[in-house]
Amino acid sequence: MTAAGATLFAVLGAALVGVGLFGLLSARHLLRRVVAFNVIGSGIFVFFGAAGARGTGAADPVPQALIITGIVVALAASALAVALVVALARTRGAATLPDETAPEDRAP
Amino acid sequence: MPEPPALPFDPALALDAALAVAILGAALAAVSGRGVFRAVVFFIAYGLMVSIGWVRLGSVDVALAEAAIGAGLTGVLLLAAHGRLARAGAATDTPAGAGRGWAALAGLAVSGALVWAWFALPPVPARPGAELAEALPRAGVENPVTAVLLNFRGWDTLLESIILLAALVAVWMLTRDGDWRAPLGVPQHANAEGVMAGFARVLPPVGLMIGGYLLWAGADAPGGAFQGGTVWAAVLLVAALAGLWAPPRLEAAWFRAALVLGGAVFVLAGLALAGVGAGFLTLPEGAAKPVILGIELALAVSIAVTLVALVLGPPEGPPDAPPDAPPGALPDAPPGAPPDAPGAPR
Repeated sequence: MTAAGATLFAVLGAALVGVGLFGLLSARHLLRRVVAFNVIGSGIFVFFGAAGARGTGAADPVPQALIITGIVVALAASALAVALVVALARTRGAATLPDETAPEDRAP
Repeated sequence: MPEPPALPFDPALALDAALAVAILGAALAAVSGRGVFRAVVFFIAYGLMVSIGWVRLGSVDVALAEAAIGAGLTGVLLLAAHGRLARAGAATDTPAGAGRGWAALAGLAVSGALVWAWFALPPVPARPGAELAEALPRAGVENPVTAVLLNFRGWDTLLESIILLAALVAVWMLTRDGDWRAPLGVPQHANAEGVMAGFARVLPPVGLMIGGYLLWAGADAPGGAFQGGTVWAAVLLVAALAGLWAPPRLEAAWFRAALVLGGAVFVLAGLALAGVGAGFLTLPEGAAKPVILGIELALAVSIAVTLVALVLGPPEGPPDAPPDAPPGALPDAPPGAPPDAPGAPR
């Protein structure tokens, strides 16, 4: 991969982390926070992968193996987060944190 | 034949730039704007485009994992969660509060710091590193990513398979008392004559074969236990979502055995290698390939059933049954105060 190409994907990864962090902090619905968290994770993977693809020749296999491990662990963490969100929604009737619910949506 | 005129720009770089803009646009659409369903759909599109990006970065193994797990299974997981939330009356979006400006500022600051870090990186080291280049011919497999995953860093992969099980146990902790004996996930129905059911009859043989191919070819070409196991998981999920395959119950012995098969074979192989004096998970040169393929086969089976169970979620009985109803009770709870009601006192 050319140096410009690797830098392009590194900047993309950095931007994705920022976009994901914005979503994680600003979204109220917890499923949207899970989505935003996954965007942060994949942004980090892209940044890391770009670092392993610098220079000539094939991409470095060690970052690739670590990223595959990371993708699988991210799915496991997402599955747990989603199950917690669903359990919360079945208990409260809303998939938001109690102190972040808009006043008009607040349960009586 | 005359040389084609040189373009004023690098066409590959222009393609990459267009791809990057599309990925960033999908990410922005997934995290901002309104609507939970919309966010999930944009996230799936985002994951598929990111996997094209991985091909461009020369990481085909990662591209396969991202397409199958990052976009595919995570997408199914989020869509299924949206359905469950809609049933609980909790799928409508809540508008963001007043903190959006600060959130945007925080995101920009972190992105800026990462870009700075990129340009502050030390010069490109030689690849693959000297130790890896020296060890690869003795790894038993030609695919360097598989060599790293199953041979040089086998510990990471062993612990990863245990993380999957730990996450699954944590998900099952959220099962309600009355649902323990129900099949995993929520009951699924599909029109037996419909597209979904027809598709779910055609896909499994093809999918099982592709998963097995990815597993076998992963020794020397992109693929491996995770990619192959994920394709097998997808086959099972399609059959389950179409109502053609009843997901197992928690106490099913074959199911529990399949969950721990990969980790158990991995640990036993490590102990056996330690027993013959090679050291825990230190693969001897001559026997590396059969050991790796044996571990990978067991691992792929466990990954497939674990991912299916993670995506299906904790067992959930019929939607209207009261949580502590004895098996066979009719879902005729008094309409007064079902335990799921919003704001019910706890």
